[in-house]
Amino acid sequence: MPYRLLRFGLSRKHPEPPMFRRHAALRGSYDAVIIGAGGHGLASAYYLARDHGMRNVAVLEKGYIGGGNTGRNTTIIRSNYLTPEGVKFYDESVRLWQDLSEDFDLNLFYSTRGHFTLAHTDAAMRTMRWRAEVNKHFGVRSEAVDADFVKRMIPMIDITCAHHAPIVGALYHAPGAIARHDAVAWGYGRGADRRGVEIHQQTEVTGIRTQGGKVAGVETSRGFIATPKVLCAVAGYTPRILDMVGLRTPIYIHPLQAMVSEPVKPWLDPIIVSGSLHVYVSQTARGELVMGASLDPYELHQARSTLDFVEGLSAHMLDMFPFLGEVKINRQWAGLADMTPDFAPIMGVTPLEGFYLDAGWGTWGFKATPVCGKTMSHTVATGRNHPLIEGFTIDRFSRYMLTGEKGAASVGH
Amino acid sequence: MKILVCPLNGPRPVSEFAYGGSVRASPDPGSCTDAEWSDYVFNRAGSPGIKREWWCHIASGYWFIVERDTLRDVVLATFPADAARKGFIPPVPAP
Repeated sequence: MPYRLLRFGLSRKHPEPPMFRRHAALRGSYDAVIIGAGGHGLASAYYLARDHGMRNVAVLEKGYIGGGNTGRNTTIIRSNYLTPEGVKFYDESVRLWQDLSEDFDLNLFYSTRGHFTLAHTDAAMRTMRWRAEVNKHFGVRSEAVDADFVKRMIPMIDITCAHHAPIVGALYHAPGAIARHDAVAWGYGRGADRRGVEIHQQTEVTGIRTQGGKVAGVETSRGFIATPKVLCAVAGYTPRILDMVGLRTPIYIHPLQAMVSEPVKPWLDPIIVSGSLHVYVSQTARGELVMGASLDPYELHQARSTLDFVEGLSAHMLDMFPFLGEVKINRQWAGLADMTPDFAPIMGVTPLEGFYLDAGWGTWGFKATPVCGKTMSHTVATGRNHPLIEGFTIDRFSRYMLTGEKGAASVGH
Repeated sequence: MKILVCPLNGPRPVSEFAYGGSVRASPDPGSCTDAEWSDYVFNRAGSPGIKREWWCHIASGYWFIVERDTLRDVVLATFPADAARKGFIPPVPAP
């Protein structure tokens, strides 16, 4: 046991300072207000304070820090997307992830594992080749590999998948990684807090006041705040915030479920995704298998998990890894995914001056946390979209210029 | 397992059904503007509430209408697809 931990345990006082300050009252006004203290909101606050010198900022959270989709995802980080806009954006994110632990002075357990997207049909293999070529064009390490390579890298896999969906190949993405998701929110939160940003938990936004087509302030459960800039980063609650300002978007909400097994000896190094079997799985440093599947099949604003989900996902896991039959499932949970029709996010400036959107993060938001913070802080500080997010703007739908990223979704939703 | 009452087949497990999105009235594609059409094609009322939706019983290929609270996940009523035309339920207002 480290000496420091022992001393902490025996102490009557608690010498470790809290990670965030608690503020008794809201101020009457801020230079910017960020709604949502998840990874995206806190990262935006962090870079606003660090890179743009905007420190008079409040982050409002109706629950607690990192309690939404930041703490509910399956922690997979990758940049093997399909569109040039997506590949460039997520690749920048993977770059930012590399030195984040050092930046925060907090161990994120960032672990590069390699990422396999399995193909069980020739049609799927075609998409893998397409993604590999787009990736390579932008300098991202992805390649189409055959079934022998998959078997060599994952010796425990049943390559025939119980003879009903034999694996014909895969997209192999060497930079694929996992990280400890709670620590990402804490790291960004602490960094922002130390630079003067105020984080207010249990503070719900109930309305947004506008004046002459501009944002004037935010109504909250703890009173009114005047501010010229509001960033909305609330994932599954986005439509409710957008109703307050009368903005229409294609965002619709489906629950997304996940589960985790009891810890077992390390046997799975890479991250495995199978679109056809609707599975993604990785093994954490503690030995647990973290597993996810496709969206629940209909709109719902409830994070309740179901037995159907565990049964279905377990059956598909056993197709690939039959020896897991005796392993128990420890926990299951769900989050609210804000889906878009083209599987790309909706980011940047909106028709309402001073209202900025970071939404439509559906099932793919965690990996983008650092780059969202970077690009949205730039957008909020300057009032103009960052060049990396120009493919994701809200007006792409009225221009019929979608950024079709469905082929790069982890599973066939 | 959740049960959905199909107007044709009676109570069946929800896994036998496919969700088809909200019941919405289309603008006239011949006379509406591009902006009205893209609003109809893409934009959705994403907030929770009591919504009228298309559902299909897959085994029998039967489409019908469900009135459901999307916050509480409670089905309030199910109707045959022509219920609005026959005047059993009020029609969806035009956009």
